[in-house]
Amino acid sequence: MSTFHLKISTPDGLAFDGEVERLRVRMIDGDVCLLAHHMDYVSAVGAGEAAIVMADGQKRSAACIGGMLAMIHNEANLIATTFEWAEEIDLDRAKRAKEKAEARIAAAKNDARELMLASAKLQRALVRINVKH
Amino acid sequence: MAGASMKDIKLRIRSVESTMQITKAMELVASSKLRKAKERQEHSRPYFAGLKETLMDIEANTRDFVSPYQKQREIKKRCLIMIAGDRGLAGGYNSNIIKAVTEKMQDGLPTCILPIGKRAVDFCNRKGIEILTTEFAEAACVSIPDCFTISNLVTQGYLGGQFDEVSIIYTQFVSMLTQTPRAEGLLPLKAEGGHKREDLHSLVLYEPSPEEVYDAIVPGYIAGMIYGAMCESVASEQGARRTAMDAASKNAAEMIEDLSLRYNRARQGAITQEITEIVAGAEH
Repeated sequence: MSTFHLKISTPDGLAFDGEVERLRVRMIDGDVCLLAHHMDYVSAVGAGEAAIVMADGQKRSAACIGGMLAMIHNEANLIATTFEWAEEIDLDRAKRAKEKAEARIAAAKNDARELMLASAKLQRALVRINVKH
Repeated sequence: MAGASMKDIKLRIRSVESTMQITKAMELVASSKLRKAKERQEHSRPYFAGLKETLMDIEANTRDFVSPYQKQREIKKRCLIMIAGDRGLAGGYNSNIIKAVTEKMQDGLPTCILPIGKRAVDFCNRKGIEILTTEFAEAACVSIPDCFTISNLVTQGYLGGQFDEVSIIYTQFVSMLTQTPRAEGLLPLKAEGGHKREDLHSLVLYEPSPEEVYDAIVPGYIAGMIYGAMCESVASEQGARRTAMDAASKNAAEMIEDLSLRYNRARQGAITQEITEIVAGAEH
């Protein structure tokens, strides 16, 4: 199958740069799967799993949260706020973060700001745990 | 200190020497921290540049484009993000930022400040200015996730009508020797300068819609602006500290030289006196 060039940048630097066959990412309105020669496409990334099939057929998955995905002239550019390969995720840390966030939500009660921050943290932890499993 | 004994001068020299060791060490630490701050900024550049490009493209190529982030409205209250340092001994770094903020606030517009860094928090407390949050009192610990938190905070506040303008005041790292305070507007957003696409073939599919994509990535872009300003400020602080410590080390070296001269003079004086006394004793 034909491949296309994918570049993944995060605030910490370049996470990936190479040829891939298929890319599936959770966008703000659901999962999207890109193949080579997709029309020019831009959308915002939600929070969920990103699954990539490399040029050699190897499958890799990652936690991918926030940012945007652009496919212009058969060049994909994934600009992710958080991008962690499944093998890099620290499951214990994610579980601890989940418990902490749940405790914060329980304690926040009516504080809207605290609730917003804590639920964002909880969501990130849940995505990480899901991808790892 | 004409009559100062040799022992006094020796003690003085020793104390200046140990001060010089500290200033030298601080200078080295500042240099390495400066390099790290610059590197961090370099790493994050592709991410934020990509977001900015998309924002500009959307704004330039969408007809009847409206976004709450980009709409100008009457400014009744403004929010300033103020980045200062945690510690002193950095030349004019902190006082320059405070001067810039005071100048900006001279027009009397109601203002609330989101201070980053201990010195910024202290300044707001002293002046009795409304503070948005003191969560980021330590500038050295502000990471990328923190910048996203700050960004969410100000964008929510902006959309909620809490304030009508958001600016950031930071120190721009011009060179090793020059750092200048700068104010930059964050919201309402001015992402102008995108290329107008003329050819039909380059029509881009925005999903679900250009506006929604735009609004979804604005907080990330703002976080990037904040992070960039943060890195610049940290680099500036370390640069200012490095220069200040370099000057201090030079002064200490000068002082040691001066004191050594005095010490030698005192020693010579003592020897001459002893000889005079011996000779005088022998003559009698």
